[in-house]
Amino acid sequence: MTAADPVDTQLGQWQRWALMAGIAGVLLAIAGYLLNGWTQFLRSYLFAFLFWTGMGLGCLAILLLHHTVGGKWGMMIRRMCEAGARMVPLMLVLFIPVLVSLPVLYSWDRPEALHDPIIQGKAAYLNAPFMIARTVLYFLVWGFYAWRLSRWSGEQDRTGDASLIGKMRGASAPGLVLFTFVTTFAFFDWIMALEPHWFSTVYGAMFLIGQVLESFAFTIALVIVLGTREPFSRYLTKQHLHDLGNMMFAFMVLWAYLSFSQFLIIWAGNLPDENPWYLRRFRGGWGWVALTIVVFNFATPFVLLLMRGVKRNAQRLLAVCCLMLVIRIVDVYWIVEPSFYEQKLVVHWLDFVMPVAVGGLWLAGFFWQLRSRPLLPLRDERLQGAPRETVAF
Amino acid sequence: MHPQNRDAGEIADLYGLLAEFDTAEGLLAAAERAREEGFRRMDAYTPMPIEGLAEAVALGKTTVEKLVFVAGLLGATGGFMLCWWMTVVAYPHNVAGRPLNSWPAYIPITFESMVLIACLTALIGMLMLNGMPQPYHPVFNVKEFERASIDRFFLCIEARDPRFDREATREFLEGLNPLEVMEVEK
Repeated sequence: MTAADPVDTQLGQWQRWALMAGIAGVLLAIAGYLLNGWTQFLRSYLFAFLFWTGMGLGCLAILLLHHTVGGKWGMMIRRMCEAGARMVPLMLVLFIPVLVSLPVLYSWDRPEALHDPIIQGKAAYLNAPFMIARTVLYFLVWGFYAWRLSRWSGEQDRTGDASLIGKMRGASAPGLVLFTFVTTFAFFDWIMALEPHWFSTVYGAMFLIGQVLESFAFTIALVIVLGTREPFSRYLTKQHLHDLGNMMFAFMVLWAYLSFSQFLIIWAGNLPDENPWYLRRFRGGWGWVALTIVVFNFATPFVLLLMRGVKRNAQRLLAVCCLMLVIRIVDVYWIVEPSFYEQKLVVHWLDFVMPVAVGGLWLAGFFWQLRSRPLLPLRDERLQGAPRETVAF
Repeated sequence: MHPQNRDAGEIADLYGLLAEFDTAEGLLAAAERAREEGFRRMDAYTPMPIEGLAEAVALGKTTVEKLVFVAGLLGATGGFMLCWWMTVVAYPHNVAGRPLNSWPAYIPITFESMVLIACLTALIGMLMLNGMPQPYHPVFNVKEFERASIDRFFLCIEARDPRFDREATREFLEGLNPLEVMEVEK
């Protein structure tokens, strides 16, 4: 890739803008810490960290899924997913502020937890050294798969060796199982443990699928924005957009299914050890946020993505992706933040600053990684598949 | 018999003209040319689905999608009302002190019946709008047509197309580089 390449120049420009936004955000966040204290800083920070780490984890999940099942749909977004996946291990650095101040966020690490019989029953799992060790282990597993798949992909760029496709599939199938398992526990530890009395087994899967959904929205939007330029303009067809739109639709319905099944089971049981999670998220103004999420993360995209005319039209699909990205931030906010307040909707100005601060840094890193490779896996024979090989009518 | 009458008689016996291609690309290009030429009553026959072909030979928007949408709405409404009627009207029962109209419990049934009715409508509607079941179709009168399910690609311009003309349409089809152009008897 040469310096004169217009797409690379564009990506470089975005990288600089993201970095500037990130730095400005970080400065504002530091001001917020000085004005409002460490507790508020961390509360806003955790939600932004989860949204952007989740973006990378969603990319890794899509990458593992695509290598396992194949399909033309993944060829357009593969390099973006690889770049996003390579950002995951770097996020461990950004998790250090949380790890060094666990008691600020997690009530199980405070002295009063010693007098709480329920938390004491979980103490073998919920303790600081084990939590830190687990977190490091999660990042090691994620980092391993991001590194392994990126390396094979790079080798494919150089040699065009056809056996690499089989190698990537062989690693990804068990990897997908391990990834889902590990990520489920990561979300148990990082978010579910904010309310240590409460538990839900579907929680990890629900949150993970939400992250995959935001990664689909992000990568599809990027493909559409870059779609009219080289090298995408040579390969991108309406059928790719249709397939990607269908994938986003499928994950959106899966997210809704998992979210609703958790709600229905807790609602039907209506037991005092389970329902506080929803009481916190429905009362004191949070109910309106929940309703917004149902309308814009499920009902609206459900109707829009059912239509062929939306999935096959780049500009309309882009609009759905943007809607999805915005509502995903709201959903992560609705899941994380009510843990800190007793049934009262509180929005702090740092909640707006933090996603920009973390996001700016994440995007700068993402574009830096994206530029380090060709934007499409040009030597993967599946990229060239003839249009007639696609059956999705 | 009068020559003109015989001509008219033959046209009445003619289902259409069938052009045979040996590649999917050849067929797709031909179908697109035929559409540009103004032909609407035509159909393509291939061993596997080809992207873009449906748009090239179709008359326009299908009514299946509208049917499916309406059926989905009816299914959802029906499923919800069924649950409501059972738990509120037909068999009111106090379950753990909840109101009789406990709508969250209806949602799975509502969604499932929406999908069920929409899918059945899509399947049955597609088959009926395609004129199925159809035990007889004139294209099978052409011997070469059996390869449509093996390795050949066919485009048939039907005689009922207002622009159809036995000689001119044959010339047009021959200009599209087919392997052969054949007449299909009714």
